[in-house]
Amino acid sequence: MRHIVSLLVENEAGALSRISGLFSARGYNIESLTVATTEDPTLSRMTIITTGSDRIIEQITKQLNKLVDVVKLQDFTEGNFIEREMMFVKVRAVGDDQRAEIKRLSDIFRARIIDVTDTTFCIELTGSGDKLEAYIRAMHEKNVIEVVRSGSMGILRGERALTI
Amino acid sequence: MELSGSEIIIQFLKDEGVEHLFGYPGGAVLHIYDALHKQNDIKHILVRHEQGAAHAADGYARATGKPGVCLVTSGPGATNAITGIATAFMDSVPLVVITGQVPSHAIGSDAFQEVDAVGISRPCVKHNFLVKDLNKLAETLKKAFYIATTGRPGPVVIDIPKDITAPHIKIPYEYPKQVKIRSYNPNLKGHPRQIKRAVELLLSAKRPMIYSGGGVIMDGASQELRDFVHHLGYPITQTLMGLGAFPGTDPQFIGLLGMHGTYESNMAMHDCDVLIAIGARFDDRITGVPSKFCPYAQIIHIDIDPASISKTITADIPIVGGAKQVLTEMLKILVNSDQPIDKSATEDWWNKIKSWQKQNSFAYDKKEGVIQPQTVIEELYQVTGGEAYITSDVGQHQMFAAQFYHFDEPRRWINSGGLGTMGFGLPAAMGVKIAFPDKDVACVTGEGSIQMCMQELSTCLQYDVPVKIINLNNRYLGMVRQWQEFFYEKRYSHVYMDALPDFVKLSEAYGHVGIKVEDPNDLHDAMKEAFELKDRTVFLDIITDQEANVYPMISAGKAHNEMELSPLQQKIQASLKTSGEIA
Repeated sequence: MRHIVSLLVENEAGALSRISGLFSARGYNIESLTVATTEDPTLSRMTIITTGSDRIIEQITKQLNKLVDVVKLQDFTEGNFIEREMMFVKVRAVGDDQRAEIKRLSDIFRARIIDVTDTTFCIELTGSGDKLEAYIRAMHEKNVIEVVRSGSMGILRGERALTI
Repeated sequence: MELSGSEIIIQFLKDEGVEHLFGYPGGAVLHIYDALHKQNDIKHILVRHEQGAAHAADGYARATGKPGVCLVTSGPGATNAITGIATAFMDSVPLVVITGQVPSHAIGSDAFQEVDAVGISRPCVKHNFLVKDLNKLAETLKKAFYIATTGRPGPVVIDIPKDITAPHIKIPYEYPKQVKIRSYNPNLKGHPRQIKRAVELLLSAKRPMIYSGGGVIMDGASQELRDFVHHLGYPITQTLMGLGAFPGTDPQFIGLLGMHGTYESNMAMHDCDVLIAIGARFDDRITGVPSKFCPYAQIIHIDIDPASISKTITADIPIVGGAKQVLTEMLKILVNSDQPIDKSATEDWWNKIKSWQKQNSFAYDKKEGVIQPQTVIEELYQVTGGEAYITSDVGQHQMFAAQFYHFDEPRRWINSGGLGTMGFGLPAAMGVKIAFPDKDVACVTGEGSIQMCMQELSTCLQYDVPVKIINLNNRYLGMVRQWQEFFYEKRYSHVYMDALPDFVKLSEAYGHVGIKVEDPNDLHDAMKEAFELKDRTVFLDIITDQEANVYPMISAGKAHNEMELSPLQQKIQASLKTSGEIA
């Protein structure tokens, strides 16, 4: 089953490799991993998307918690949370018809065109992984030049928060 | 007090109470060695290979319970220490390893003797640090000792670039008495409700088993374990790492368990209805196939490391906490409980176990004219009165030592259980002897293992560390040969140690005493002589039966009640079955 695990880690060199190393050393799956500093410069916030049986997920969270650099951790999967991913797509856009079609489709997906040349559009889109994939499919493979995805981020809904 | 980085390291170690430092100098640690030269409080032991430094510090730590400390240089100094660090990691031994690093400005430039020590050691340390700021040096050292020695102990590496230790840059130093790490708070106290549930389950047991491991020794909980087990009157088995926590000669101890454990321990594991695991981690050498492990048991698991609980075997009642605190709590509840022990059921259970004990599963064939490895350990046990510190290498000799030396005290049996590191025994024995100069220390080894760290014989001479080396020389890599005999139709692929050195001459060349024993009639006197030579390192090269095997054995894929017995043991079993003494 797919799980979304959110972590607060010490913002220190090596923290990321401790975490990614743990996944490779123990043979755990890692679908995506995002990391950046928080409002507290000593902390980084990380979101990991992983898959595995309940037993494996339990081990993943325990092993992560055991790392000295991991300050706090929560598996959001069972709870009420928001998940978003950001994507840049560069597509071939030649001729009025094609350009209009891409514009129209992008509006439907609430995507924004952020860079334009005579032959290309660069589009920014935020949403769930499914939505991003649907957009790519709608663009047709042959038109897609480049895709850059951020990996998912997660946050709990309501009053609850992952803080120290 | 204004000190340089090097002086801070030395002063900190003194303030931390470190008495011995195992190390090897080199370019990146020259400043530290210079500071070391200017003092007399910390005794530095110059090993002959950095692997030896880590193993010696490890042996020292296991025997004393204090952290072992190593100092090695950058590059090859650090990489050579890795095997020793990984060994300590697998067995949860508190170790602090200081590695020199090239100067900060040179890091990443492929400088001479540069290696990413933090990166290389990451998977086999509890934690590691690269010191980038002199002002954080003392605090980092304190954190390293704190992390290494608390919770589930383990090795911590501190990588220190050369410029941090420069003699001309001095800063104020004060010993950091305490350190707080917000992300690291080991929980020692078990959950009271879980403890209560565990006690109720234990008291309701009809066929209980207690299974304890190295965690009991590491947490200094041997006395608590003894009180707990004696109060209940239940049978106890111990893992390879746990031997000595509960006395090996106590009638409630029914022997080692697992792959080469006793028949009675493994049969009892298979049939028990309640199992309590204390400071043990259900290693694959214990469980065999997890699906066939303790099929009838409800399992209570006490461990300081939550990640050890339900990792391979699901616990019905998990208790995260230190063995000492949890056992103390449990005993308190037990003593005051109204719920009685099911005496009649446990008596039946003991009767069953006693019938299994008749199997005498360590019985071996005492062939004429050739020394059996088991006899050597029995002799060692007799001559040392069971009081010696025994270190071992890895292989058949390790199993024979675990089976035939009955450890009555914790921290006396020192071996590489998790990683199975050949070459561990001699340097570990050195570390133990340095900690306890007045105690008998013997390294049980084989002609394969001893050659992996033999250079430390030189260290033994330099620092007057008289250990006894009991070399079970069967001219084979015995355990590998045994597996090739059983599972590869006796195709003995590259296990014959051809062109062995003359160990007697070799020991003499190192300035020690070497004694070769071939005749079984000479064994006792040779063993006695070795231990009577109190101030000499003695190498007993004992020529043993080439094809002796370790029995009983649980092969891959088998359950605990499917042990394989030796031909002699099978005969015993057949006659017991005929007489109806076992089912």
